[in-house]
Amino acid sequence: MKPLPFPTVAAAGDSITEDNWHELSRHTVARIALGRVGSSLPTRETLRFALAHAQARDAVHTPLDAQTLAATLLAAGHQVIHVHSAASSRAEYLQRPDRGRRLHPVSRTALLAAAGAPCDVLFVIGDGLSSRAVASHAAALIAAICPLLQAQQLSIGPVVIASEARVALGDEIGECLQATLVVMLIGERPGLSSPDSMGIYLTSAPRVGRMDSERNCISNVRPEGLPYPLAAYKLNWLIRAARQQGSGVALKDGSAAEPGWQALQQQLASAG
Amino acid sequence: MSYAITIGPRRYRFDNLKTLLARATPERSGDQLAGIAASSAEERVAARMCLADLPLATFLQELLIPYEQDEVSRLIIDSHDTAAFAAIAHLTVGGFRDWLLSDAANPATLAAIAPGVTPEMAAAVSKLMRNQDLVLVAKKCRVITRFRNTQGLPGHMGVRLQPNHPTDDARGIAAAMLDGLLYGAGDAVIGINPASDSPEAIHTMLAMMDDVRQRYAIPTQSCVLTHVTSTLELINRGAPVDLVFQSVAGTEQANSGFGINLALLQEACDAARALQRGSVGNNVMYFETGQGSALSAGAHWGVDQQTCEVRAYAVARHFQPLLVNTVVGFIGPEYLYNGRQIIRAGLEDHFCGKLLGLPMGCDICYTNHAEADQDDMDTLLTLLGTAGIHFIIGVPGADDIMLGYQSTSFHDALYLRELLGLKRAPEFEDWLESMTITRGGRLQAQNGQPPLLGLMEAVA
Repeated sequence: MKPLPFPTVAAAGDSITEDNWHELSRHTVARIALGRVGSSLPTRETLRFALAHAQARDAVHTPLDAQTLAATLLAAGHQVIHVHSAASSRAEYLQRPDRGRRLHPVSRTALLAAAGAPCDVLFVIGDGLSSRAVASHAAALIAAICPLLQAQQLSIGPVVIASEARVALGDEIGECLQATLVVMLIGERPGLSSPDSMGIYLTSAPRVGRMDSERNCISNVRPEGLPYPLAAYKLNWLIRAARQQGSGVALKDGSAAEPGWQALQQQLASAG
Repeated sequence: MSYAITIGPRRYRFDNLKTLLARATPERSGDQLAGIAASSAEERVAARMCLADLPLATFLQELLIPYEQDEVSRLIIDSHDTAAFAAIAHLTVGGFRDWLLSDAANPATLAAIAPGVTPEMAAAVSKLMRNQDLVLVAKKCRVITRFRNTQGLPGHMGVRLQPNHPTDDARGIAAAMLDGLLYGAGDAVIGINPASDSPEAIHTMLAMMDDVRQRYAIPTQSCVLTHVTSTLELINRGAPVDLVFQSVAGTEQANSGFGINLALLQEACDAARALQRGSVGNNVMYFETGQGSALSAGAHWGVDQQTCEVRAYAVARHFQPLLVNTVVGFIGPEYLYNGRQIIRAGLEDHFCGKLLGLPMGCDICYTNHAEADQDDMDTLLTLLGTAGIHFIIGVPGADDIMLGYQSTSFHDALYLRELLGLKRAPEFEDWLESMTITRGGRLQAQNGQPPLLGLMEAVA
């Protein structure tokens, strides 16, 4: 993480005992050599930490702006449906994970009414624990993966945006829309240095009651973590494999061993 | 057997002992999630009133989880010390609280009754205690443990140096270790949570920490917090294992979810003791626990999460550990919703552990989706400092970059030492003075080349 500028706070004062092992910071992003005032943290670090925590908190608590996300997806040519889980508030969502795994009855009825023909792949975008993650990365990831799927003549269902969603909510949504595979894009629990990390969960033959061991996961999708082209490559690999043998712990991700992956990695490295 | 009490026009009935305990427990999200919490504030107090009149001996007769179906229940009953219990056998739960707070309860009498106190008795009495009671009684309990230094002396507090790195990078770990040692942390243990579970990677980390310890003659112990079966394998391969780590829970089924049982823990404990690596003592086990673990494994038998937690301490107690750490806020808001619940749980865990005679420390911590922040952690830190906590965690800047949660920092430990005059383990303090890291217990400013910098070369 880049050091933050503090235009209004003096960078150092006479009260600070600086640590003369700063140069070790090149080995780790851990908060080492922070210096001290007496026994305590200097003002600059107290504020730097507070900002990181504030960003993580906002990522958890800012409601997903489904309208803006839907507009982006519509512009890209997708049909979009917005649903809500059975958790009626963020507080309830955080305390009752079971409710975040099931659709609100009204949403369920609406979804069943909207169901068209079965599809090969269904994308669900869930806010999870970081709305910021999916607001930033979900549409871009879908744009990166769709051409790869269309090249294989796979049918893609409407994109479902789900509020107050846990991973397993995708099972019920996929079941309602008769999807062969559901791909849940969801905000991961934010860390202090990663408030916008998105996770991708792939589940074959989605239906209520699927276990976590029946899914495959790609985590830390964001430009500073796993960039979109690599995430799309990996997801495409997993979708192809899951169509053969089904998703789950028995399916081991072998994408990184492929020449295509390595070429893409080199391409990104030289571009970056 | 059922329990009942009438308050005004309402009669409250509790079907069995575990229901009574669950209804009496302070409000927390995990018990609500499990559907066993009191449904009103009055019901909660009614349950406490009912519980207060219950003889302590009831817990030896009415088991919360059947003896035949749970080896933790069997351990609790089979290892119960009737002679130690005799001094409190006449008391009710409410009477026990009164006794604990009275002058009759002092370090000697508390140590004498500890083997007679079962987890359920400790959990029950804690439900009748306010936060100040939990602090005051814990402060009176003395638990001293030893390996390469002495932990738990009155007026002392240890720190586990936790130099985690997301990819187990040796230099990244060493940099955080150096930072911690130069901040005077690491007397309880230098303990890494590894990202990898490969035995080779763990062996490398153990060897690195042992090299550093020997090179600088640091009177402390190291540990890689991996599964007990991996540690056993590494002991057999000749890796330098000081302490055996394992997460433990309060029911056989939950432990089975962790891939452990009592026999396996005994085997590992025996193997580590046989290495005779301790210099001043041979407490070789390091256990971690946390409220909610049994529920999250679907293995709680309808018992409230705090009582399940204290049952885990019975497992720990059996192996005379050097350190027991309740990782209180790590589990998330569906078990402990906010700062208030985390603070209360931390105080309960510390009190119950100490009452059972355990070297109880606490990872004072929270995740970003819990309703908690640094101010809540400061409150719990200060309270546990006054309560005589055995040890706390030290992570650079309180930000664990591997586990993605916030714990306490090296600075937090310094704050508590300055505020309350708490000292480090004496052997470790002497070493810090000899390295000119501290003088008179306080950090010295490091001008010029800081000591220990050669540590980085050792791992390069």
